[in-house]
Amino acid sequence: MNLFTIIGEALRALRQNRLRTGLTMLGMIIGVAAVVLMLSIGQGARTKINETIAAMGSNLFLVVPGATSSGGFSFGSGSVRTLTINDAYAVAELPSISATAPVTTGTVQLNYAAKNWSTIITGTTPNYFSVGNWKIESGAIFTESDLRSAARVVVLGSVTAKNLFGDEDPVGKTIRITNRPFLVVGVLMAKGQSLTGRDQDDNVLIPITTSERQITGNQFPGSIRYMMVQGKSAGDMDIAEIEITQLLRQRHRIAKGKENDFTVRNLTAIADVATDAAKVMSIVLGAIASVSLLVGGIGIMNIMLVSVTERTREIGIRMAIGANQRAILTQFLLEAMMICIMGGVIGLVVGIGGAWVVSRVADMLIVITIGMVGLAFLFSSAVGIFFGFYPAKKAASLKPVDALRYE
Amino acid sequence: MASMQAVHNANPLIQIEDLCKSYNLQGANGETITNQVLFSINLTINPGEFVAIMGHSGSGKSTLMNILGCLDTPTSGSYWLAGKNVAAMSGDELAHIRNQSIGFVFQGFNLLKRMTALDNVATPLLYAGIGRSQSRKRALELLRRTGLESFAMHQPNQLSGGQQQRVAISRALINEPPLILADEPTGNLDTQTSREIMLLFEQLNRDQGITIVLVTHEDDIATYAKRLIRLKDGHIIVDKRNEASETALNQAADGNSLITQ
Ligand SMILES: Nc1ncnc2c1ncn2[C@@H]1O[C@H](COP(=O)(O)OP(=O)(O)O)[C@@H](O)[C@H]1O
Ligand SMILES: [Mg+2]
Repeated sequence: MNLFTIIGEALRALRQNRLRTGLTMLGMIIGVAAVVLMLSIGQGARTKINETIAAMGSNLFLVVPGATSSGGFSFGSGSVRTLTINDAYAVAELPSISATAPVTTGTVQLNYAAKNWSTIITGTTPNYFSVGNWKIESGAIFTESDLRSAARVVVLGSVTAKNLFGDEDPVGKTIRITNRPFLVVGVLMAKGQSLTGRDQDDNVLIPITTSERQITGNQFPGSIRYMMVQGKSAGDMDIAEIEITQLLRQRHRIAKGKENDFTVRNLTAIADVATDAAKVMSIVLGAIASVSLLVGGIGIMNIMLVSVTERTREIGIRMAIGANQRAILTQFLLEAMMICIMGGVIGLVVGIGGAWVVSRVADMLIVITIGMVGLAFLFSSAVGIFFGFYPAKKAASLKPVDALRYE
Repeated sequence: MASMQAVHNANPLIQIEDLCKSYNLQGANGETITNQVLFSINLTINPGEFVAIMGHSGSGKSTLMNILGCLDTPTSGSYWLAGKNVAAMSGDELAHIRNQSIGFVFQGFNLLKRMTALDNVATPLLYAGIGRSQSRKRALELLRRTGLESFAMHQPNQLSGGQQQRVAISRALINEPPLILADEPTGNLDTQTSREIMLLFEQLNRDQGITIVLVTHEDDIATYAKRLIRLKDGHIIVDKRNEASETALNQAADGNSLITQ
């Protein structure tokens, strides 16, 4: 019997038992759909985190004033004012550091025409944009000369721009920040949420000099809220951290054995933790889904065994009229595989549909890759072969007379 | 018996020597009980014979038939089918023999359920490696000759017992085997239908020279055969030309008697 005919026989047997075929397939459908859904959710989360990290900028340190609190990561607590703009300039000169950006922050009221909007103001240097991997949507960033002259220029975050200007182009317009007129020179591209879930696009940025003298004021002149530091290479982050620490201790005249009055945070390391967490999450999701696929597979084996037992007589008759072991084995194996592959394909469609619904309802990023589709397909045929083989083998190795005598 | 072997000693189709069959059963106390069913059977059947095997229930008729049909294996002794040692054959070779050389007809018909009569008859051709459409064509041709054409698309449960058995016989014939083995083929049929089935066997034997070995416990069924073997408790106690055979009588009348040949 050629393969083509055997496929026909297997299909016929499946059609003859629609209910049983359907129920077995259901196990497979649920399994594969779960795998696809879980993998796509996991992959979506990873992609999202990777995008956020890429947007954050590379080789980053955050240096905040104050000693390292026990396990606490509180940047800009505001209580300590030990870091200065000059500290930031000095750190920038270190051999392992490519750039730094000192930052002061505050909350301000913005006005444009009849609209007003309250947001966070960041006073910083032009380096901030390259260090933080900010891209310009329109206009330009403020310049070194703006910094020197403490010019009243402002760069808007995309959300702030939208709220004040709607569809109007803000560049070249004048807004009022705490009632002082500022010229809008640029609008930033949106970044979305940070790793901690903060909206990074609702902000305005002005030269740190302007901020200090005209907006936030400063009871400790030259002090900053924190500084962003960019290392030259990913491989030298440890050295860079030591250099920063040594330099700041020296500048702050901290005696040997005394605690630092600042804290250096390696943001890349934090990002790695987040990446790992996302990876673990997607693995766990995949594992959970695999269990349901396994259960589906066991269901198939169960049904196949029942089917073989139920059809023992049929097997005997087929043997009596000339079926050899291979023909019986192939027929039963193909039946199991067809259930699995058909179930796999339907499960794939259901899974992709489910992922689409989840992405709509939960507003989550869902990523479906060819690899996932291939995996689901491969896995379902493997389940079919694996769980179909035992019952098929059992059927094929029966002695004709025993199969025929079976009641 | 001696006279028959004297007539057909050339190339026996079936030759069995010292064949024994026993089953091992588990006793109540876990011990193994050996139940011997066939004792040292010697039997030679030549091409073209029509043999009836008779005996009481449990005398070993079906056991012998299953061994003849390569569905079961003997415990000891030898079985030569068309000059070939069956014990030396692989599983695939046995399947091939069952497909090509033997047509088995069962008491319970044993048609494949939920499959049309046509496909039932065509299935042995599929196992012979012939394509589906070609197989169906040949099956339909055969059904036409056996007068079952109008039932071709019926499933077994839509056919009467006699019709089912005729479909089963068609299935046994589809590969044109030299040997038909029928284990109580009329056991589930009424007298009239039994008669029709027996006439079909008789015709196959007479017109196509197909060797037929048939098990029955009914005397009037056995009358269609030309040779009669009687089994008792696993022993052959009678092996003779069937005196009552209508055919034999007819042929004798025509001067074509087996003995005078
Ligand atoms: N698979 C088996 N296991 C054990 N005993 C068996 C088996 N098959 C048949 N027998 C025994 O062999 C004997 C002959 O059976 P069988 O050949 O079917 O008789 P018949 O067809 O002449 O009625 C019976 O006593 C039966 O119990
Ligand atoms: Mg019997």
